[in-house]
Amino acid sequence: MNAVAAPSPRRITWLRRRRAVAAAWREYRHHLPGMVGLGILVIAVAMALAAPLLADPDGLKAVNTTDNPAWASPSEFGPLGTDNFGRSVMTQFIWGSRISLLVGLAATVLAVVIGSVVGIVAGFFGGRVGGVLMRITEWFLVIPFLPLAIVLAAILGPSVENIILVIGITTWPQPARLIRAQVLTLRERDYVDRSRALGASNWHLMTRHILPNVSPLILANTTLTVPIVILTEATLSFLGLGDPANASWGKMLDNAFEFGAVTLEAWWYFVPPGLGILLVALAFTLCGTALEEILDPRLRDRRA
Amino acid sequence: MTVEPAPAESAAERAPLLSVRDLHVTYRTRGRGIPAVRGVDIDLAVGETLGLAGESGCGKTSFAGALLRLLPPGTEVTGEVLLDGEDVLTMKPGRLRAVRWTHAAIVFQGALHSLNPVQRVGSQIAEAIRLHSKGMSRAAVSARVGELLELVGLPARRAGDYPHQLSGGQRQRVLIGLALACDPRLLIADEPTTALDVMVQAQVLRLLDDLQARFGVGIIFITHDLSTLADVCRRLAVMYAGRIVEQGPSHDVFEAPAHPYTRALTGAFPVIGDPAFRMQPAGLPGDPPDPRELPTGCPFHPRCPVAVEVCPSTPVELWPAGADRLAACVHVSGSPVRP
Amino acid sequence: MTTRYLTAKVAGSLATLLFIVCFNFFLFRIVDSDPVANLFRGRNLTQSQRAELTKQFGLDKSTGGQFVDYLKQTAQLNLGRSYTSNQPVWSEIKDKAGPTIALVGISAVLSAVFGVLLGIAAAWRRRTKTDYSVTGFSMATFSLPDFWLGMILLTIFAVGLGLFPTGGIEDPSSTATGLAKLPDQAQHIFLPALTLTVAYLGEYTLVMRSSLLETMREDYLVLARAKGLRDVLVRNRHAVPNALLPVVALLAINLGFVLAGAIAVEAIFSWPGLGLATYEAIKGPDLPMLQGLFLVFSLSMIVFNLIADLLYGYLDPRVRTA
Repeated sequence: MNAVAAPSPRRITWLRRRRAVAAAWREYRHHLPGMVGLGILVIAVAMALAAPLLADPDGLKAVNTTDNPAWASPSEFGPLGTDNFGRSVMTQFIWGSRISLLVGLAATVLAVVIGSVVGIVAGFFGGRVGGVLMRITEWFLVIPFLPLAIVLAAILGPSVENIILVIGITTWPQPARLIRAQVLTLRERDYVDRSRALGASNWHLMTRHILPNVSPLILANTTLTVPIVILTEATLSFLGLGDPANASWGKMLDNAFEFGAVTLEAWWYFVPPGLGILLVALAFTLCGTALEEILDPRLRDRRA
Repeated sequence: MTVEPAPAESAAERAPLLSVRDLHVTYRTRGRGIPAVRGVDIDLAVGETLGLAGESGCGKTSFAGALLRLLPPGTEVTGEVLLDGEDVLTMKPGRLRAVRWTHAAIVFQGALHSLNPVQRVGSQIAEAIRLHSKGMSRAAVSARVGELLELVGLPARRAGDYPHQLSGGQRQRVLIGLALACDPRLLIADEPTTALDVMVQAQVLRLLDDLQARFGVGIIFITHDLSTLADVCRRLAVMYAGRIVEQGPSHDVFEAPAHPYTRALTGAFPVIGDPAFRMQPAGLPGDPPDPRELPTGCPFHPRCPVAVEVCPSTPVELWPAGADRLAACVHVSGSPVRP
Repeated sequence: MTTRYLTAKVAGSLATLLFIVCFNFFLFRIVDSDPVANLFRGRNLTQSQRAELTKQFGLDKSTGGQFVDYLKQTAQLNLGRSYTSNQPVWSEIKDKAGPTIALVGISAVLSAVFGVLLGIAAAWRRRTKTDYSVTGFSMATFSLPDFWLGMILLTIFAVGLGLFPTGGIEDPSSTATGLAKLPDQAQHIFLPALTLTVAYLGEYTLVMRSSLLETMREDYLVLARAKGLRDVLVRNRHAVPNALLPVVALLAINLGFVLAGAIAVEAIFSWPGLGLATYEAIKGPDLPMLQGLFLVFSLSMIVFNLIADLLYGYLDPRVRTA
């Protein structure tokens, strides 16, 4: 007679998933570029979160007293000098990281969520529904997304929320296509048929069977989409479509250019934000590549 | 221990075409060595045919690759491979490239990507010809290509086709023709019939048999399907876990296998009254052993229906098992450890 | 190539083009609520003048009527008038297309050539220092904002060292004409072209490398070696041609993209092309100009996608003879 009841199926699944994640993490630790990327991200996120502690937000407002000379080089003032308004570049850099990271992550999540829903539904149902969804996706892919983003941003107006929306809307087709392809292969698997025979509804199949199995692909793809989003935000901000009140790194570059940092050789104003973009985008790329290698069974054999 | 070649007329002809001694192939990944071939000796006389059988993973493809040093860089290959008296393993790169295809050629398995998909099959054959004969005119090369295709039963105009335009059987024929392009003395056929259906298999086997008779070329025929070897090859060797576990004249081995593994491969009838066989379907349960974790003693004992106590502790070798027969099992007549 | 494949692809492209043209109309209808007011900004119009102009521009018709007008005008290449310069949009685009094509064309070719060569080197020497440094370099250039690189190069080489001009396509004070302008123009194009080349070659390197790594696992390479071919020839004659197929498709598609992607770089270098025109149109906002540019960028994407499809179909015999 059993004194302890057998664990519920949900608990079993939870334990299994936890073990899988732990195994994946162990493998990830051995991947040097992946760890470097992760390290950079940890530092960047920490800096963004700790912004109020690291730099006084008042420093973002235009100041031009004799204490804060305009265009001071790093040797004359602060760790990174000042801009044309006498504001500390370091302060702007720290606070700018918040916007860049926020937009990067939020827009990516938006794009991937839309893309996943479309991809899973299109792949799962196929037929007419799938065909229509894929046609829409293909059309979106043909429209050059930078001009579309520009137009949308021009319509909606420069604000952080709008930028997130715009980038999310222009970026979702790419994950959608990938995910649909993956769902198509999964749909034919035995456990889907068996589940259906047991009376599982479409919703149940999609959320309990298909979704967990495409999740690794979605994760890897998400991580690799972030750099594209970050660069797009930087470009949009540079072109003047960014939120002037909440300056991202891209907006700093716009300001630098507009106010003549190049002709004045005031490199301290535009090198740091660009470097920040480069490092964060690179970090996500490294992590994404590492995740892809670990989670994609096909790529795994090649490492041996 | 070596296998005596078939009786021949002169001393020159009696010298083996191929003589492999103590061949070891070890793959290196992440600092660990995976032994694929663990000491194989083979002798092949001029014009002789030898079949090499075993499940996938037994090392037979690694063996084939090692003969012409075609394994991935970083793979350790030790021992001796004497081809027409020269050791392939110690040849300089230039000599090796000259010897490849002219002294020995490989007939690969005719899978879709065994040929370059973006080149016509004719030019792929022509490449082999031109590599080893300087100054042949375009017309002469073209004629030779046509000749080779007809030799294997394909019309010469097929030279202008791309590999995907040919059927599996036709691709296999192209690969055979390609292998004969430079008149090699030795053909190594690596699973040439595996991807084909039974009817086409028979045709290809007949073709190989014909060519062998016509040109007197030596053939090492590698496969996992023992039944295909019985007619084409005069002698048979069975591989398991990187070693040869039985060898002898093919008809004898096929009809009366000495090693339990060979017995399973031939799908031999169970011994009446033997409880071990009663419950098993034809075919062998279990999987080939992981080369990194081989069982002690005889590597076959975990799956062997007639394993006895001494098996896990006896380092088995090829012992005499009858006239011109060798097998690596404690049960054979020549074994020093009769249970 | 079968005519069926050809017609299918061309038909698909035309359908997409039609979609874009319609989409363009509705998109800008949403943006531009009062074109008359926008066109004549800064000039006070009386009610009757407004009514007159509205009728003149056909804006008094229903949306459906306006749509038909739009289609007819677009077919005749009448894309409206720029709000800022008051010139026909089409003639502005025509003038500015040349410099962009020159800049983007040169950069695309150079980045493809160097990218592919680097990708081959990295894949063939997999897991060596060459591979790691090339891959790292490619990932880094892939992650940097192209206009940022432009700013840095400008600051160091043009402003700082004075080796190159700081912008534009030619020296405004020069009196040279025709071919004599080339050396001056070459000096002006150098930095922007370098910027775009470096920014884009990372992608080619990574794609070529992974394509070649895939190809290197194929059986026919072992066959080539077995025939007695030297390793270098195995690579160049058998592996690379197969690995190049996806890269060719990428190149063609990128040509479509880069036309629009050079907007920021043209802005940095004041390069008088379509990118700079877009930048200025955004600042305006010069909506007819944006609408026209959007159409042109979309068109180039469609055309180059089609070229990519056809080229791939031609080069890959499996598709060509299907």
